[in-house]
Amino acid sequence: MTTTYETREHDVLIIGAGGAGLRAAIEALAKGCSVGVVCKSLLGKAHTVMAEGGIAAAMCNVDTADGWQPHFRDTMRGGKYLNNWRMAQLHAQEAPDRVSELEQWGALFDRTGKGAILQRAFGGHTYKRLCHVGDRTGLEMIRTLQDRGVQLGFDVYMECTITRLLTDGGRVAGAFGYWRENGRLIVFKAKSVVIATGGIGKAWPVTSNSWEYTGDGMTLAYEAGAELMDMEFVQFHPTGMVWPPGVQGLLVTEAVRGEGGILRNKLGERFMEKYDPKRMELSTRDVVARSIYTEVKEGRGTEHGGAYLDISHKPAEYVKKKLPSMYHQFKELADVDITKGPMEVGPTCHYVMGGIRVEAETAQSTLPGLFAAGEAAAGLHGANRLGGNSLSDLLVFGRRAGMAAADHAKRVSGSNIGSVQIEEAEKELLAPFSNTAAESPYAVHRDLQKVMQSLVGIFRTEEDLKRAFAELEELKDRAAKASVEGSRLFNPGWHLARDLKSMLTVSEAVALSALARTESRGAHSRIDYPNYDPVWEKKHNIIVREGGEMKRRESPVEEMPEDLKQFVMAE
Amino acid sequence: MPDATLRIFRGEGAIGGQAVDYSVPIAPGMVVLDALHYIQGHQAPDLAVRWNCKAAKCGSCSAEVNGRPRLTCKTRVDSLPMDQPIVVMPMKSFPRIKDLVTDVSWNYTVNKKIPAFRPYQNTDWKISQLDVDRVQEFRKCIECFLCQDVCHVLREHGAKAKFGGPRFFVRVAGLELHPLDSLNRAGLLKDDLGIGLCNITKCCTEVCPEDIHITDNAIIPLKERVVDQFYDPLTMLFRKITGK
Repeated sequence: MTTTYETREHDVLIIGAGGAGLRAAIEALAKGCSVGVVCKSLLGKAHTVMAEGGIAAAMCNVDTADGWQPHFRDTMRGGKYLNNWRMAQLHAQEAPDRVSELEQWGALFDRTGKGAILQRAFGGHTYKRLCHVGDRTGLEMIRTLQDRGVQLGFDVYMECTITRLLTDGGRVAGAFGYWRENGRLIVFKAKSVVIATGGIGKAWPVTSNSWEYTGDGMTLAYEAGAELMDMEFVQFHPTGMVWPPGVQGLLVTEAVRGEGGILRNKLGERFMEKYDPKRMELSTRDVVARSIYTEVKEGRGTEHGGAYLDISHKPAEYVKKKLPSMYHQFKELADVDITKGPMEVGPTCHYVMGGIRVEAETAQSTLPGLFAAGEAAAGLHGANRLGGNSLSDLLVFGRRAGMAAADHAKRVSGSNIGSVQIEEAEKELLAPFSNTAAESPYAVHRDLQKVMQSLVGIFRTEEDLKRAFAELEELKDRAAKASVEGSRLFNPGWHLARDLKSMLTVSEAVALSALARTESRGAHSRIDYPNYDPVWEKKHNIIVREGGEMKRRESPVEEMPEDLKQFVMAE
Repeated sequence: MPDATLRIFRGEGAIGGQAVDYSVPIAPGMVVLDALHYIQGHQAPDLAVRWNCKAAKCGSCSAEVNGRPRLTCKTRVDSLPMDQPIVVMPMKSFPRIKDLVTDVSWNYTVNKKIPAFRPYQNTDWKISQLDVDRVQEFRKCIECFLCQDVCHVLREHGAKAKFGGPRFFVRVAGLELHPLDSLNRAGLLKDDLGIGLCNITKCCTEVCPEDIHITDNAIIPLKERVVDQFYDPLTMLFRKITGK
């Protein structure tokens, strides 16, 4: 068939224009590379824009006792020791410099009385550590990075979806995709590719994630032969909106609790006293999410099946100043004035700790020339991510990925992309137009979300997970048959048909890993295996494609050096 | 609850197209974007709509609802009259691509003209919260481009070649009022962004979903800067005499 397609060439191709992708682009540009950034939405609309609470970095502006070591320790403890220790160390050591850099590029954070960057408390962080701008830190960050990239001169391919990585003899050589606006095809040739496509939340119905979060990057990497890791660890943020239905899942920032918000059940009990009396509302997200879920399950939930989160004991002006977007969000969408009364909140699918397996220093995947950073990569957060560690992750490992991708591009010569791969990719992409079954991609998506919510949610069992497999097999068949109406011009039904494939792939990886891990750890809770298993503390689940099939392997957790271990384990 | 009728513009390309009616069951608290999603999921899978966060944080879902530029994610169905169809049209100031999706790429071209933040040398990076507060208003902008859509200089007069539009005056204000920025963008405002064309009718301020006081806090102070620098009578006289 081979239709005509446009071809572009870059030293480094970055897929995804959120914090990690933009930070990687800036670094690769600074190293003198030609850089292309591809994103599914318009520039500046990536998920980073929605981040609210702040960037965790031990700047020590508020708590002088902080330092990289306590940040490292909090991250490892929060991740239940499944983190890649070296990533956690690099992250804690480099985050303050990355924040300062943002400031030098024009970002304006809230200040202390002495004029330094102000830092707030957050769940699982021992010290006040989150650099923030009210509750719109992500907007400040993405705008700053976006402007920096524009200034340095990257090429941005907006509203363009990559559907396949192209390889040449065991290394990455480019990518194939299409323009969402007009459906035309595009081939990128690149010496290095960085995946910064974020997470997978759209496989669940109650989620804080936007339509973009369909696990594309992980699927691209997996199909090209790279390994995925720790996919069972999906974070349910404890506080999403539960009412009205249209906003269900929308994020209520942890900063509400950071600023003193209190959780209560319908009986008025401050129930965190039962689950984590020491840290209360500022316990880690896995614990708070399970606590709210349990309260609701046991009949102590609010009218719409959540918990009350109350910040109204703080002065109204303070609430409006520190949590302005929460104030407006509740006022306009839920008719609730949070300065006067409580919010109703419940768990919402928010983040995946697992992703593409990478090396700590270089962010390189197991496929040469392919790098990954941010939520698309695994390792830093282990079994549970602390709030605020995501924005710092984007900066620290975005930069490292950009740097290593640039170095790699300088080392390797050009490659050959065979036309067979491109023809295959085109055929697959256009299939929904020639499918004749009356299967709607929207219907398949709704059913996938039901399966993931009910069978692969906060609490899991062997029976549920096995059922999920059977359901996923059926959904895969239906998705392959899904047909679309209309033309190739900006056609959301067609876009979804394509994104469904990614969602199904990552859903299967989550279910496969979750079934294997016969213990409860961090965000992975098995009702049939409620305790830690010391054997599983030493193992990662690895997902890889072999002979066209999804296979699971196990890989040992890398041991921390003795001095760090003692520091982390000490009371 | 009764159904709502949405009258949505459908059409491909810059010309042609027509309004099509869809009936949508109303749910409590429903916003216009929810209704558009319902139509996509059940009636018109190829209905083109941009959106991302559904929480008024990303500025993707801009359209004209009953004639007013708005974020569809923030427009409650129960705030609109139910005895008539809810009319949803694409933003008029930008070329249509399909249905509610328009070509907003011009905005990204304008943005490239604006010199980025450049700090004073040897600054100690100490900034007072008061200075931050002043600038943060401009940095709240979510680039929904509703102000660009409503601005008559762009909408009626199509002056895209010589005018930057309110969004970019807000952006320049954010840079010019940054306490540590060392550049002067008055020349850019006067020549490249054509700030003189704005006659402060405040339409932009009225539609801003972030409540940025675009006219009063961004445009007027920037106009004053331009006047001070280029049209101050004493300076003009001095220039005339000295020929500088």
